[in-house]
Amino acid sequence: MSALQTVSSLIYLISAVCYVLGVHMMRSPKTARHGNGLSAVGMFLAVITIIVTIIVEGTIDSVGWIVLILGLALGILYGVVKARKVPMTDVPQLVSLFNAVGGGAAAVIGIFDYLLKGDGAALSLAFSLPVFLDVVIGGITFSGSLIATGKLSGKVPGKPITFPGARLLNIIVVIAILVSAWFMMASTTNVWYVILALAMSLIFGLLMTLPIGGADMPVVVSLLNAFTGLAVAFAGFVINNQVLIIAGALVGAAGTILTLQMADAMNRSVANILAGGFGTGDSDTSSAADAVPVDVKETSADDIGLQLAYAHNVMIVPGYGLAAAQAQHEVAELAKVLTDKGINVDYAIHPVAGRMPGHMNVLLADVNVPYEQMKQLDEANPMFENTDVSLVIGANDVTNPLARESGNEISGMPILDVDKSKSVVVIKRSMSTGYAGVQNPLFSMDNTQMFFSDAKKGLQDIVAATKQYLE
Amino acid sequence: MSEELFTNLAIFVLSLLVGFEVMSKIPATLQTPMMSGANAIHGVVVVGAFVIAAEANSWPFYILAFLGAFFAAVNVAGGYTVTDRMLGMFDRKPAAKQEEADHK
Repeated sequence: MSALQTVSSLIYLISAVCYVLGVHMMRSPKTARHGNGLSAVGMFLAVITIIVTIIVEGTIDSVGWIVLILGLALGILYGVVKARKVPMTDVPQLVSLFNAVGGGAAAVIGIFDYLLKGDGAALSLAFSLPVFLDVVIGGITFSGSLIATGKLSGKVPGKPITFPGARLLNIIVVIAILVSAWFMMASTTNVWYVILALAMSLIFGLLMTLPIGGADMPVVVSLLNAFTGLAVAFAGFVINNQVLIIAGALVGAAGTILTLQMADAMNRSVANILAGGFGTGDSDTSSAADAVPVDVKETSADDIGLQLAYAHNVMIVPGYGLAAAQAQHEVAELAKVLTDKGINVDYAIHPVAGRMPGHMNVLLADVNVPYEQMKQLDEANPMFENTDVSLVIGANDVTNPLARESGNEISGMPILDVDKSKSVVVIKRSMSTGYAGVQNPLFSMDNTQMFFSDAKKGLQDIVAATKQYLE
Repeated sequence: MSEELFTNLAIFVLSLLVGFEVMSKIPATLQTPMMSGANAIHGVVVVGAFVIAAEANSWPFYILAFLGAFFAAVNVAGGYTVTDRMLGMFDRKPAAKQEEADHK
């Protein structure tokens, strides 16, 4: 080892330690931000090291510098501007986009090194196997994450997209990937082999993600995130760089555990999710076929305003519909109107409310909802008995009392005991079911009233009505 | 198997185990920021983008190097920024509260 290699290896080791400690610190709300900062310090050290290394080694030519600096500058500009400007409701699709380009970069590195060997060069398995894995996994995450981004942002329909022969096409694509693996590993280099591997893995990424419903996307994004980690680790094998191997494997493993925990919080299994065809995402937009049953009582903004104005304890139960309608400002305004008049307002936040586990907390924090008003499931449930009015906004399955009974799709899922409060008001666009596709008996209970409206518009009307009674 | 490959493989396997271990049960509140934070860490692929740019010597390779640098930079810069923004929302609240209490 030269002196440069020794020093750079040691600094890479320090940066790897920063990632591990950073992830460790991110498990607790108190230290999470510092954890992310520590991991960023590790990243900074690694980048400085590689800059010094390539300057000292001096193999890079002037065009190399130009494309490198141009690519980095444009990438940093785009990434930072996007990350700063994005509304908090759109964070999931942005994370998915960042994941896509990470996978893309890993695939590019594999392709580069494969082509650099020159046409017809003999390959060792120790080189060709990591290249193949890097390109294929990177390609799958690139196209798969782009589709996930599209589904989350509504550019690609959120409902599962299936077509006749999809299964057959899947099998053909998998076989083609295996054939490309055989060519890449068993013979000399040929540009077409790696193009075949890349093209087939891009198609596989599409086929894998398209049949999955919008509501399951967060779990898929998390899974693809773990995949990208592995692709980056294999890129580390290809260029023989250990910091890529360590960080990639760390994300691959940690991301897998996180995916399982997310699926668990949503009462779904990863295998079920990947089988697809379930979960329509924005199911509230579905057809007018969801007629209102006779036993459901409808109410008006004016009446809700009156109820709220005379309540002592109000519990707000925000759900996916609130995030989708971006109504977090309106809900915070309503809460402020009420608390200013001495009415107790709390938020009961289900772990999977919003578009991703934990996303609702982020959304509400963004509009300055006091931290102590956000009650997690365990805290909130005992409070419902003393709640005068529960205001359920765009939430469905997480309030469904059927979960306490056995023998249905949501049996055993932890729910908010909204039905125990004295009065329940549900703001929802229609009677359609949530993504579990189960009817919710809460809606036809004696003490429940329905207000059919978009969350944003409905809340604006309720705020106006409530003010009128409080003044 | 070469010594180099064995070393890399050992590092890979042990890092996987560290990844599994470090990720015990985390609160749902932190799952989205954690995913985003992990996403930023695989932005380390930017180191690889430097390595290939240093080896590029003709146009197809320059183009690949440019793509790699651009993709990786978006991942790493955007990833850390958005994670920090999300987490900043959590610790802003108690801090503001503390200040309020100090004034009283």
